[in-house]
Amino acid sequence: MAHTEWRDAPELPDFSLLKRLARDQLIFLLEQLPGKKDLFIDADLMSPLDRIANVTILKQHEVDKLYKVELKPIVSSSDQLCFLIRPRIQTVKWISDLVNADKVAGRFRRYKIIFTPQKFYACETVLEEQGVYGDVTTDEWNFYILPLDDDILSLELPEFFRDNFLEGDQRWVTTAGSALHLLQSVYGSFSKVYGIGRCAKMVYESWRELMEEGEQRTRQPEFAKVFLVDRDVDFVTPLCSQVVYEGLVDDLFRIKCGSVEFGPDVTSSDKSIKVMLNSQDKVFSEIRNEHFSNVFGFLSQKAKNLQTAYDKRRGMDIQQMKAFVSDELKGLKQEHRLLSLHIGASESMMKKKTKQDFQELLKTEHSLLEGFEIRECITYIEEHINRQVSMIDSLRLLCLLSITENGLLSKDYRSLKAQYLQSYGIKHLLTFANLRQLGLLEEQQAGETLTVMESKVGKLVNDKTVGKLTDAFSSLAKKSNFRALSKRLALVPKSGEEYDLRVPRDMAYVFSGAYIPLSCKLIEQVLERDGWTGLEEVTRMLNGQEFAVTGAPNPRNKTDAQRIVLVMFLGGCTFSEISALRFLGKERDTYYVKQIEYMVNIKLSI
Amino acid sequence: HHYIGATWHVLKIELYEMGWNLKDGLRECLVAAAPYGGPISLLKGHNRRSPSARPQLEIYSSSGLPLASFPWKSGVVKQLGWTVSDDLLCVQEDGTVLVYDLLGGFKRHFSMGNEVSQSQVLETKIFHSPYGTGVAILTGALRFTLATNIDDIKLRRLPEVPGLQGAPSCWAVLTQDRQSKVLVANGSHLFILDNTACTPVTPPGLSPQASSIVHMCVSFSYKYLALLTDSGHVWMGTSNLKEKLSEVDTKIKTPPKQMAWCRRPKSQQPSAVVMWDGLLIVVGECKETIQYHLDDDSILVPELDGVRIISGTHHELLQEVPGACEEIFKIASMAPGALLLEAHKEYEKESQKADEYLREIKEQSLLSEAVRQCVEAAGHEHEPETQKTLLRAASFGKCFLSNFPPEQFVSMCRDLRVLNAVRDYTVGIPLTHTQFKQMTVQVLIDRLVYRKLYPLAIEICRYLKTPEYQGVSRVLKHWACYKVQQKEESDEVIAKAVSVKLADAAGIFYSEIATKAYESGRTELAIKLLEFEPRSGEQVPLLLKMKKSPLALSKAIESGDTDLVYTVVMYLKNELNRGDFFMMLRNQPVALSLYKQFCKHQEQDTLKDLFNQDDDHEELGNLYVKASYKEQRLEARIALLQSAVDEYYKAKNEFSAKTTEDEMRLLRFQRKLEEEKGELLVGFSLHDTMTTLLSVGLHKHAEQLYKDFRVPDKRFWWLKLKSLAEKEDWEELEKFGKSKKSPIGYLPFVEVCIKHHNKYEAKKYVSKVTPEQKVKAHLAVGDMEGAAEAAIERRNESEISTVLSRCSATTDHLLMERLNRAKATAVKK
Repeated sequence: MAHTEWRDAPELPDFSLLKRLARDQLIFLLEQLPGKKDLFIDADLMSPLDRIANVTILKQHEVDKLYKVELKPIVSSSDQLCFLIRPRIQTVKWISDLVNADKVAGRFRRYKIIFTPQKFYACETVLEEQGVYGDVTTDEWNFYILPLDDDILSLELPEFFRDNFLEGDQRWVTTAGSALHLLQSVYGSFSKVYGIGRCAKMVYESWRELMEEGEQRTRQPEFAKVFLVDRDVDFVTPLCSQVVYEGLVDDLFRIKCGSVEFGPDVTSSDKSIKVMLNSQDKVFSEIRNEHFSNVFGFLSQKAKNLQTAYDKRRGMDIQQMKAFVSDELKGLKQEHRLLSLHIGASESMMKKKTKQDFQELLKTEHSLLEGFEIRECITYIEEHINRQVSMIDSLRLLCLLSITENGLLSKDYRSLKAQYLQSYGIKHLLTFANLRQLGLLEEQQAGETLTVMESKVGKLVNDKTVGKLTDAFSSLAKKSNFRALSKRLALVPKSGEEYDLRVPRDMAYVFSGAYIPLSCKLIEQVLERDGWTGLEEVTRMLNGQEFAVTGAPNPRNKTDAQRIVLVMFLGGCTFSEISALRFLGKERDTYYVKQIEYMVNIKLSI
Repeated sequence: HHYIGATWHVLKIELYEMGWNLKDGLRECLVAAAPYGGPISLLKGHNRRSPSARPQLEIYSSSGLPLASFPWKSGVVKQLGWTVSDDLLCVQEDGTVLVYDLLGGFKRHFSMGNEVSQSQVLETKIFHSPYGTGVAILTGALRFTLATNIDDIKLRRLPEVPGLQGAPSCWAVLTQDRQSKVLVANGSHLFILDNTACTPVTPPGLSPQASSIVHMCVSFSYKYLALLTDSGHVWMGTSNLKEKLSEVDTKIKTPPKQMAWCRRPKSQQPSAVVMWDGLLIVVGECKETIQYHLDDDSILVPELDGVRIISGTHHELLQEVPGACEEIFKIASMAPGALLLEAHKEYEKESQKADEYLREIKEQSLLSEAVRQCVEAAGHEHEPETQKTLLRAASFGKCFLSNFPPEQFVSMCRDLRVLNAVRDYTVGIPLTHTQFKQMTVQVLIDRLVYRKLYPLAIEICRYLKTPEYQGVSRVLKHWACYKVQQKEESDEVIAKAVSVKLADAAGIFYSEIATKAYESGRTELAIKLLEFEPRSGEQVPLLLKMKKSPLALSKAIESGDTDLVYTVVMYLKNELNRGDFFMMLRNQPVALSLYKQFCKHQEQDTLKDLFNQDDDHEELGNLYVKASYKEQRLEARIALLQSAVDEYYKAKNEFSAKTTEDEMRLLRFQRKLEEEKGELLVGFSLHDTMTTLLSVGLHKHAEQLYKDFRVPDKRFWWLKLKSLAEKEDWEELEKFGKSKKSPIGYLPFVEVCIKHHNKYEAKKYVSKVTPEQKVKAHLAVGDMEGAAEAAIERRNESEISTVLSRCSATTDHLLMERLNRAKATAVKK
């Protein structure tokens, strides 16, 4: 048993090193502004910062008061102001206004902006245009990666997806490249890099340039392989409702920076409680990857065990009791606390998710994935919109419909859009424009229907002509080709078969056995084949842009490191995908470390 | 070897016989020689003021080989001097300082300030400190002005010296406590001038018979000070004037020409050199002095570890004899080094005496000391033959030692090869080993580069295995920068030559070379050179400088570095007129999208212009819609929406246009109702508006919206159903249900009643539900019998299972049996 355990979990690199590096640099930067100072922090940096340097550490380095950046006038009385911010134009504009206001008031202060993870020229331009360039000193805090868990690293860049895929602004590409470079310089070279997607390719290029510029340090690598994947390679997965425990917790309570805030309905008190969700939580780590239908049973069993452990007290003599209190009680109490929280959470989950509505939502999603009873699905979506069930869920369904069907028929598109606007207002014209820009929700063009026709005809002729015909039309629009992909990669298991969710047979369990996440399937296939050979058809349907590069030579001895794969999702990933990869890791005797831009949970409105 | 002096040892060696041919020697010349064996500059007849007879400025190497020569055309020069990076400074009477490189190329000029130019320069000293090269000036107004670093000029005017009537008898610049100060003697009074004060000081133990200090000099390290009094005494002590080291009577009372320290670092003995016409006296710790006769006019050049004496014909070095050399070469020395040298000599002669000497050293276990002495002594020797003899002896001694660390020997051999190469007459840099170690290889390479001795510099880098970045590549870069300035060669030839030479050198930035080419007016060559630059990011700034903006933009985009693209875009924005700027962006989608991002936050109007230019009416429409949501006033809001409508029509997007028109209608409707009924409605979606209307009982108005806005029947039914149930108006609900056939079926009726805990009402609708939904309806009202009935009737297995799962084993026992039986015969679905 011990042996298998070892096989399943090779020693992961010590990611706390990254935190230490970041902390040391931050302290260095704070000391560049000697004396007492007030620190203003971007709201979305607060939790990550807390993981790196808590308030005590900040106070030790003469930070007097801490404020959240709210883009409003400030009340600080300090003579030194330090701003720890993401390089965003708005924030810099706000700082410029502060400085100018001080100038008008004849007040002299020292200002320092620390940009993280890097500064952008655009921000400096703003300082210049606002005439405060000389009044403010700027610095960079190269805090690229936050380890969220033993096997999850995050760049904590919520705007990555929007900037890169919607706005066509690739400024975060170099950030991702630098993050990889940092990992490489701390943990050694990678032997192989695979990737798919335009952004992945650019990130790799930027990383490669950094490698060529810097000195090469050869050391025993702690990762074997890297897999870079663009979020837009697989939009389907994040559009599906999550049903593994961790995913559901995220859907319902929103996991932020590795922790979640459980409201009064979970804690059964009048207070909310903030809980860290990671492998340190012994209860959570056992249920996080489980399908939620199993969770409750598991928790009640756990509760029974706990009771038995408590019951041991009965009939103890004084000595034994003493030992019990000092050795076990604290652990039991801790477990007790966590257990009751998770029971609370899963209760509220059951309440919401076993309802008819949710069951029907899942059924519709599964039908869409299978390409089955599409008309009924459309009717269901229409009703969903008409009844104002959920603004986000309706959009999610619409997108799923569009992607799985290669766009909506003009008639349906217009009618559904009109209904949606009636329900939620015409500001969503912009939402729809954005979704179309992303290729998430599209109206079939005249040309496209032709292709559908073409392929239908093609089936009758022969496969070769189909290839040619689709090639001819592939320039038309970026199509998801989900149906064909699903078939080739067997993403949707044959319906009708019973799927025992307690004993998962493949990654499909994360979606109740209805669908294997495309992204994870691709990773599995590429690693299995050690490249893209044999997947030509698949990559063609995914618009190409795939690559595989051999890096540092593999050390002879098969160390643990050889089984560790770093998967980087450019544009975020879902907890379902993480669970799927953990499952794959167990199956394939490989371990996956995920690096993500940010946890996404489909959010695409204006 | 000429060892002079009995009590302490000073050694004078000849460095070069000067290669120059000066008619009158150094007479009537302004001379400056750079330390560390640097170049020498001469200005003959510098006092001549007539334009017909311009003085000639000449620059020579230390061996007297000409480096440059040109007639002086500027003002009257008061002082020449060299900077730490081998640039020549010419300080003019008016306080202007002209800077030339050592090949006579003019670099720049700077002024020492108005005050100096008004009262003119009386005297000047050029000094070196850790902060660079400085210039100190005594003006005609008897005030001192000082700049510590000529590369970052901050002029400082020092406080007045009390009681100063004419030029002080002597003065010097000191660097103390990270500050440059001036030490001034006025008669017998001595003052220290710093930024804020003029402080009188007294050297401890200065002979009382002196009535005036006539000369002073500070050691190379600024640690020691020597004063010469009118009584002919030389006082030597620390420059902080806390300690006296010695005082010696030269017995000469005429003022000297020059005085300099001649002292090794870490040496215990102070020694200074005083020079008069034809006479040189070395003074030290004891009363005795050493005297030399000088044939010719000479100058003294103080060095870190001695003093050089340059005359019209010769170049000599005067040094305290290094300890190791003294030990070895002293007559009848029994020092281990001396014995080892002797042993080796005998060994060469194949004499057995070698063994005797060796044994003698070994018996005292001093062999490693002997080797060390020989190696060290070799370093101090200028004659290659002597160096070799000593090194051979050391090598010989090493053979009898195990575990003797080889580094010292090896690096000394290397250093000496380099030193001998640069000391060569043709190069003319007479560095001592001590100086070489102090200045470092990097600086030596720089000096060679300044002299354009590229091949030698590269040779040395390779020989010393200097890392490529700091060594060969750096030299090549300098070479290339020089090459691109050669006017006579064509762009093609130069570009080719540069690329061939630099091909495999690491860490070369072609952009730097291209910048040089551009600065010397060769834009085309610069562009050609930039093509070799693999980092497109490096190309961009220069391209911008050269006004090659389109190329800069595409290079920036190629680099994949968004920040760089931004830089170019913002530059272009300021550089071009709006039309051209937009035009350029139009062809570069990446740049365009970036700029749009920027505009979104900073310049909304520009964004509009951009869309206008592209006839992107769709985006314009969206922009107006977005703006309408930020607008509080209704009329303005509607006006914005109207603009959106116009744009959507232009974009042939009827759908959006119609929808937006509907919105305008809705807003007007909402406002009207708000005014009439006081119900807050403006800004609600159609759905929310209707919900509100129904909830407050404005059914008519809701119906009006239903008709006017083509609201689908289904939505209306849902809305009404929900609102009636919420108000628990069951009667109205029943009426509504019967008004016509429900487009949403009757199951929602059942469910909504149950939701409001009214089973009685719910049951009313169960019978109207379609067969497919019957089971669900029965289950909803908790009628197990009915559900079972319906399921069995429909012979639907899954429905039967559903009912079964809801049955309780205790109460519905019979029902379950029935269901199970039916299930067995049911059709699978």
